[in-house]
Amino acid sequence: MELILNEEQQLLQDTAREFVNKNSSLRRVRTLRDSGDPLGYSRTLWGEMAKLGWLGIIFPEEYGGAGLGYTELMVILEELGRGLLPEPFISNILLAGNAIAIGGSPAQRQAVLPSLISGDLLLALAHQESRSRYNPHDVETQAQKTSSGWRLSGEKVHVLDGFGADRVLVSARTSGATADRAGMTLFLLDVHAPGLSIERQWRIDSRNAAIVRLDDVAAAGDDVLGKVDHGSDILDTVIDRATIGLCAEMLGGMNAALSMTLDYLKTRVQFGVPIGSFQALKHRAAKMYIETELARSAVMAAHKTIDEDSQRVPALASIAKARCSDAFVLISNEAVQMHGGIGMTDEHDIGFFIKRARVAEMTFGTAAYHRNRFAELQGY
Amino acid sequence: MDTLEQFREETRQWLLAHAPKSMCTPVRVVDDLCWGGRRAQYPADVKRWLDVMAERGWTAPTWPKQYGGGGLDKAEAKILSQEMAKLGVRAPLVGFGLTMIGPLLLQEGSEDLKRVHLPPIGRGEIRWCQGYSEPGAGSDLAGLQARAVIDGDDFVVTGQKIWTSYADKADWMFLLVRTDPNVRKQAGITFLLMDMTSPGVSVRPILLISGSSPFCETFLDNVRVPRSQVVGQVNGGWAMAKALLGHERTMIADIFKDRAPGNPLLELARRYLPASAARIADPIIRDRITQLDMDAACLDLTLKRSQDSMKAGHKPGPETSMFKYYGTETNMRRRELMLAIAGPQGLGWEGAGFDESELALTRDWLRSRGNSIEGGTSEIQLNIIAKRVLGLPD
Repeated sequence: MELILNEEQQLLQDTAREFVNKNSSLRRVRTLRDSGDPLGYSRTLWGEMAKLGWLGIIFPEEYGGAGLGYTELMVILEELGRGLLPEPFISNILLAGNAIAIGGSPAQRQAVLPSLISGDLLLALAHQESRSRYNPHDVETQAQKTSSGWRLSGEKVHVLDGFGADRVLVSARTSGATADRAGMTLFLLDVHAPGLSIERQWRIDSRNAAIVRLDDVAAAGDDVLGKVDHGSDILDTVIDRATIGLCAEMLGGMNAALSMTLDYLKTRVQFGVPIGSFQALKHRAAKMYIETELARSAVMAAHKTIDEDSQRVPALASIAKARCSDAFVLISNEAVQMHGGIGMTDEHDIGFFIKRARVAEMTFGTAAYHRNRFAELQGY
Repeated sequence: MDTLEQFREETRQWLLAHAPKSMCTPVRVVDDLCWGGRRAQYPADVKRWLDVMAERGWTAPTWPKQYGGGGLDKAEAKILSQEMAKLGVRAPLVGFGLTMIGPLLLQEGSEDLKRVHLPPIGRGEIRWCQGYSEPGAGSDLAGLQARAVIDGDDFVVTGQKIWTSYADKADWMFLLVRTDPNVRKQAGITFLLMDMTSPGVSVRPILLISGSSPFCETFLDNVRVPRSQVVGQVNGGWAMAKALLGHERTMIADIFKDRAPGNPLLELARRYLPASAARIADPIIRDRITQLDMDAACLDLTLKRSQDSMKAGHKPGPETSMFKYYGTETNMRRRELMLAIAGPQGLGWEGAGFDESELALTRDWLRSRGNSIEGGTSEIQLNIIAKRVLGLPD
């Protein structure tokens, strides 16, 4: 495993960086928030990313994808994270799209992936419930077998980019006890199905998240993704990959927050000198930098591990997520502190980073959750 | 490719034929390694392994043959180290000669100095030590005061060095002296090579809180060092010193990579703590172990990323400070955690009620408290990162 970008990947990085600089600034994030835009991102920009081929990077060529690897995706996600772009990569590509690519039948893949990759179809994965916290196996939503298929009832929360989605992938219990890994099944539902309703949630980072309510929603046998009772096989894989992708985004975010803070330390003058000359702040800035470097290594290794289809993906996902969660929280907290009073104002952009850091930290599990999971994987 | 594969096969055969069985066992403590030097006493196999490797030039595989090296290029040297790793065979020789002064002489030394000093290093005949710190010049190394005054063909050196690792076992010292007291402190320093048997050199080991004495005080009383023994230019020693500090910090970070097979923390936890089934019952200790495992993994990955990027032609930067800082801090946290897990059994100094491994754990913990002090304190490393990497103002 070489922890270095090759020439093509570096070119892709340049393209992505240019794209982000041209199309997005924190002003756009602010405008989306202030206007209360329920979608929370731009479909136009999503379409442009599709034209660049970004949405299909990890999907097979037969569906219009590029058949490339996760390292290429990492490069893009990091740049998006740097600019805090809210476009729905994690939800559409890494979660729902991946679930269908990995667990779907040829018919399901054909029906969904090409229009997902072209940016025309929006998807969401609804797995989290208000009691489940970070455990994707903890599912109370019920799917009852009927003569013609299934009836689903339950409530999903924090559904990433659930508002405005065309189809939603839902985890529901088909057998076993509430927290069993087995006995959970994934269903691909149309958002217009009778009994299915979606309500936008407003969280601190103002990105698109939603409650998905299922009130006796009918699903046909064809709507099942993969095997009945074996949804966790698919879900675990896609959540690991989405976790790793989210880490790339967090890496971009923490680097941007650090670089804003360094600029401030060099220009803000107090006691007649730039405050960055004070050793108390220098040492903390140096520690922040070290955190970003360690995080980068973990993120890069995790993406490469997916590409090499290794058994070590879950362990690397936990190492990367624990590291990135702690690092992004530390750096965004320190960033506000080092900006002083102005860092507390809504007018200053640094606040966007502390808000995003917290949401990202608690998406797919905090550092403590992943340390516990890692220990379990290692058998202690 | 074919010639490299051929080299690999020949190397493997040669190692199999020549490496003594006892040299294919893991090293327990640093003193198991062969450090060379006139006064060293070795077990027969250690000596045999040193001699046979030195004769082939493989104690210093990449040094040119005319200086006693193996004349291997990077690719061949990598193959040699891979094949040695596969067989689990120990390095035949370690020390500051190979890792510090040798590389510096190759880079900066005159032809005479290279011819005189490099071959004995490769043969393990001469052991070197490093005379940098002084009682008044620790973190502020450039403030060193040891004076060197020209007298005929010699410098006459007077002063004191401190924290000299293994000065009591070394044959030669490379040291920094002040040759011009009237200029900016960095500009009046010269880099000298000194025979430790010269009249006026005396050495006194320093007993540490851990009970061992890896460091010494070295007193220099009108020691005569020939002017031919200057590396680089007179008054140009600071550049040499900085080049070497980079080597030293990388070496220190490397030393702290945990090479023990398995997970010593887990084995300790299993021994001293209650467990329910396989799970360590104390959730706090368990979390601390995991955190350390992950941090060590991230450090290893970062070291690897840095090596990969150098292989791709990027110049190494001040990141050595990052490795020194994080490597030592992580090692110290590991020692602290081991002590916490051992509990009262980690309090022994010697004698009844403690076994060997417990006594070693205690001494290792005490010794580790110096990791963030030696080789440039953690605070100095953070200063370097803030200045050289982040560009923060003085």
